[in-house]
Amino acid sequence: MSLLDSIINGISLGSIYAIIALGYTMVYGIAKMLNFAHGDVIMVGAYVCFFAATRFGLNPLVSVLIAMVVCTLLGITIEKLAYAPLRSAPSLAVLITAIGVSYFLQNLALLLWSPNPKVFPNFFKKIADDGSELTGINLFGGSLRISYVTLVTILVCVVIMVALTVFINNGKLGKAMRACSEDKDTARLMGINVNTTISVTFAIGSGLAAIAGVLLCSAYPTLVPTTGSMPGIKAFTAAVFGGIGSVPGALLGGLTLGVIEILAKAYISTQLSDAVVFAVLIIVLLVKPSGLLGRKINEKV
Amino acid sequence: MKKILALMLVAMLALTLVACGEKTPAETTAPADDGAGEETAQNLTFKLGGTGPLTGGAAIYGLAVKNAAEIAVEEINAMDGVHFELQYQDDAHDAEKAVNAYNALKDWGMQISMGSVTSTPCVATAAETYADRIFAITPSGSSTAVLEGNDNQFQMCFTDPNQGSASAQYIHDKGLASKVAVIWKNDDVYSKGIYDTFMAAAPGLGLEIVSDTTFQDGNDTNFSVQIADAQSKGAELVFLPMYYTPASLIFAQAKAVGYEPKWFGVDGMYGILTLEGFDTSLAEGVILLTPFNADSEDARTQAFVAKYQEKFGEIPNQFAADAYDCVYAYKQALEDSGCTADMSREEICAKMIEQFTTMTFDGLTGDGMTWDATGAVTKSPKGMVIQNGAYVGLD
Amino acid sequence: MKKLGISKASQKAFTTYGVVIAAFAVMQIVGATGNMSSMLKGMLVPICAYVVMAVSLNLTVGVLGELSLGHAGFMSVGAFMGVTAASALRDSGLSAGLRLAIAMVVGALFAGIVGFLVGIPVLRLNGDYLAIVTLAFGEIIKSIFNNMYLGFDKKGFHISLLTDKVSAGLGEGGKLIIGGPMGIGGIQKIATFTAGFILIMICLVVIFNLVNSRAGRAIMAIRDNRIAAESVGIPVTKYKMMAFVTSAAMAGSAGALFALNFSTIVANKFDFNTSILVLVFVVLGGLGNMLGSIIAATALVILPEVLRQFRDYRMLVYAIVLILVMLIRNNPAIKNFTGRFRTGKKGGAEK
Repeated sequence: MSLLDSIINGISLGSIYAIIALGYTMVYGIAKMLNFAHGDVIMVGAYVCFFAATRFGLNPLVSVLIAMVVCTLLGITIEKLAYAPLRSAPSLAVLITAIGVSYFLQNLALLLWSPNPKVFPNFFKKIADDGSELTGINLFGGSLRISYVTLVTILVCVVIMVALTVFINNGKLGKAMRACSEDKDTARLMGINVNTTISVTFAIGSGLAAIAGVLLCSAYPTLVPTTGSMPGIKAFTAAVFGGIGSVPGALLGGLTLGVIEILAKAYISTQLSDAVVFAVLIIVLLVKPSGLLGRKINEKV
Repeated sequence: MKKILALMLVAMLALTLVACGEKTPAETTAPADDGAGEETAQNLTFKLGGTGPLTGGAAIYGLAVKNAAEIAVEEINAMDGVHFELQYQDDAHDAEKAVNAYNALKDWGMQISMGSVTSTPCVATAAETYADRIFAITPSGSSTAVLEGNDNQFQMCFTDPNQGSASAQYIHDKGLASKVAVIWKNDDVYSKGIYDTFMAAAPGLGLEIVSDTTFQDGNDTNFSVQIADAQSKGAELVFLPMYYTPASLIFAQAKAVGYEPKWFGVDGMYGILTLEGFDTSLAEGVILLTPFNADSEDARTQAFVAKYQEKFGEIPNQFAADAYDCVYAYKQALEDSGCTADMSREEICAKMIEQFTTMTFDGLTGDGMTWDATGAVTKSPKGMVIQNGAYVGLD
Repeated sequence: MKKLGISKASQKAFTTYGVVIAAFAVMQIVGATGNMSSMLKGMLVPICAYVVMAVSLNLTVGVLGELSLGHAGFMSVGAFMGVTAASALRDSGLSAGLRLAIAMVVGALFAGIVGFLVGIPVLRLNGDYLAIVTLAFGEIIKSIFNNMYLGFDKKGFHISLLTDKVSAGLGEGGKLIIGGPMGIGGIQKIATFTAGFILIMICLVVIFNLVNSRAGRAIMAIRDNRIAAESVGIPVTKYKMMAFVTSAAMAGSAGALFALNFSTIVANKFDFNTSILVLVFVVLGGLGNMLGSIIAATALVILPEVLRQFRDYRMLVYAIVLILVMLIRNNPAIKNFTGRFRTGKKGGAEK
């Protein structure tokens, strides 16, 4: 496998981490909590989309929209029931509640949808002139292949990132979000409804989770109730890597993590690739203690 | 605040302790008939228990075993002779929880055991059944470690090493390939066991291992590196000692990069065709060794598959078939040895060891099965190849 | 109590000792009269191990104030090294109790050393970045044990990584102890409830003495305000390291105790989920509250087993109970209610 192949594979994996990491980083930036249930919301999104597309035979785009709506509602419900009552509690209490929600979603999925893996349909293919299916494009006379899923994932990732950046930097709600992330009490004094702002953040994060779930399962098409948990942890790592709370950081962190993982597998050892990834993470954090693009927090004396 | 919390926790604790003492009324499949032949029927109803992952990532295997065992017990309880009360407890594929689950079964009064479904928990419960002298036969705990250091733990599936050397032999005998790649899961006892013996057998049979790559839990979705390694080193055949879920991803990703070697799987590959939504053309030509085939013409197999499908809406896999066989093997052994339910566990255990090492059993997963003193079964895996979306016998 | 001239801190410590001793005595009586179910009997040692895990993590999270998501890694080191020591001494003629004690000391020692090495980079970071690095170390430790082969023969220990070069090189009477992903099998189960109880008591004595000492006050000063602590001349890194290494060593001994209670142990057991589970005990029991950790660990280890009567809904119910307990614990109404009785006692631990 050439270096270029490895990098392309890494970007493809990394762009999925990035899109999941966006959800982590947004919620963290505003609510200052690690939403460990995010990975499981992704799983729910993927299941909803799977059933909409295969059992009910709906158009892929409609299926994704349904998944987004369901996940957004789910996100708001979780926030209202489990996180909102803990607004004034220590952040660790919220972390544990999030873990409880994660267990809940996984076990609910197990009961509802059985542990048997479902194979996610590939939405991103086209029928060539000779009737065969095409799942990607060939470059340089076939020596380099990029699948449509990878292209779509990267594209969606960039679009979402740009949209989020514009949304956060302009407009009333975006301003409110930034204010909440700076200082909740002051924001409240300025007439910002902090609770609504946080709910909206969760809604957006969960809606994005549905997209992430669809893209994750399009790239790696087995769907089980634990599908979201490991990518969730990796994406969380990616978010910290890039500087948690920073939207471009999530993208950069995700892509870097994906590329390192694939390169470690290809050139060091498939057995120790995870160890290598985490070792690189540690080194980076030692050099830049608040992640690649994280804001340096000045300590108040 | 802290006091309230402490009180609450203490109350919870007290409650749990009390509940611990009580008998847990868990999933039991009681015999259907209570009236007929009271005296004898009472004496012949045995408490059969087992642990398996009913929740978590490995739940698919545990549930298959539990479901199939329930079907077998239902059938047997409708017949004359030995009856069973069945209870399955969740071990979440974890040795610690398996021991807890085993102890719950012991409190319930389990007399004979179906061990644990997966290997690592089964090693843990085997030590317990050995200490308590409860006879156990696991449908699917295939590691050799399960049988080590005890005389009363038996297996219904063949051991992993058996499969590894059989696979190498098969590839050699049929002249399938000389350059072979192996992709295996290096944090899994099952995969590692098969891999080790395959690698030991391969050089003697003229098989050249050109690529040897691994994956782990949580790192089991992107196989681009492993596939590219096998492809670039010119492997004609890729050996996949793993379960079918990661294998389905490998097939799809290999196709996406245009790599089409011969694929060779083991019994864990069985079930890939019934994966919901799986494009069976990806698995076209895959060769696998399996003791069980749901498409078989055999009348008993067909009856079992039909019943399983009706009850659980799925095609049973080889885990289910092995579990079904376990219950029937128990029926045969208990009846032949003349065990009664009022005998002590030690007595039953001694009789079962004697019976299992001398009897021959015909089940869904093979005819004429026998067991040696270590508890390993002798049955030979059948070679199958996937053609037009169905398993077809090779010999 | 105050009349007797006992400080509030030692009052707390003695209450904790009392509860643990009473619980041990009750269990012994219940066991001796033959009223204990097999299930509870089988869980006694794991409960002890988890209690030690919880109090040791509470030292890092509650007293030192740093979130650690890789505590199971230290448990793993203790488990593998402890069992290795116990296996190597199997034919030495030492009594089972002594071998268990040696195993726990070896486990603590190795985990302490790893804790020190991990602590050097980790303690330079803060907050969530520190947390993610501990998570990373936990995963690295898991990865290493999954690929490590360790054997023992007359010539001593043999070790290799990635591939098993050990089995072939073992001399007469040698045996492979750690077999990569297979972990350790055929462990002689020498862990006992009494040993677990003694371990808990030792850990509690160490923790309470540390917390109530000059060093402990320094550690808590660092937690409450690092910059202020630094400015009055407290060597921050030294004290942080002290708490961190102590915590790791205790987790190591808990690991050895835990592993010697099962016939097999694999590296995947000590993954991120186990770290999280222990963190749940700590947070539920209250940061800095050792008695709370002990009770929470016991209750949450037993809970899933008791819920077996819910059959398939077991883990779902467990999740709901977990969420509800967190919500009720942090409900402002309940807080106000209890606060009325406990005015002027603002716990520094729950900031």
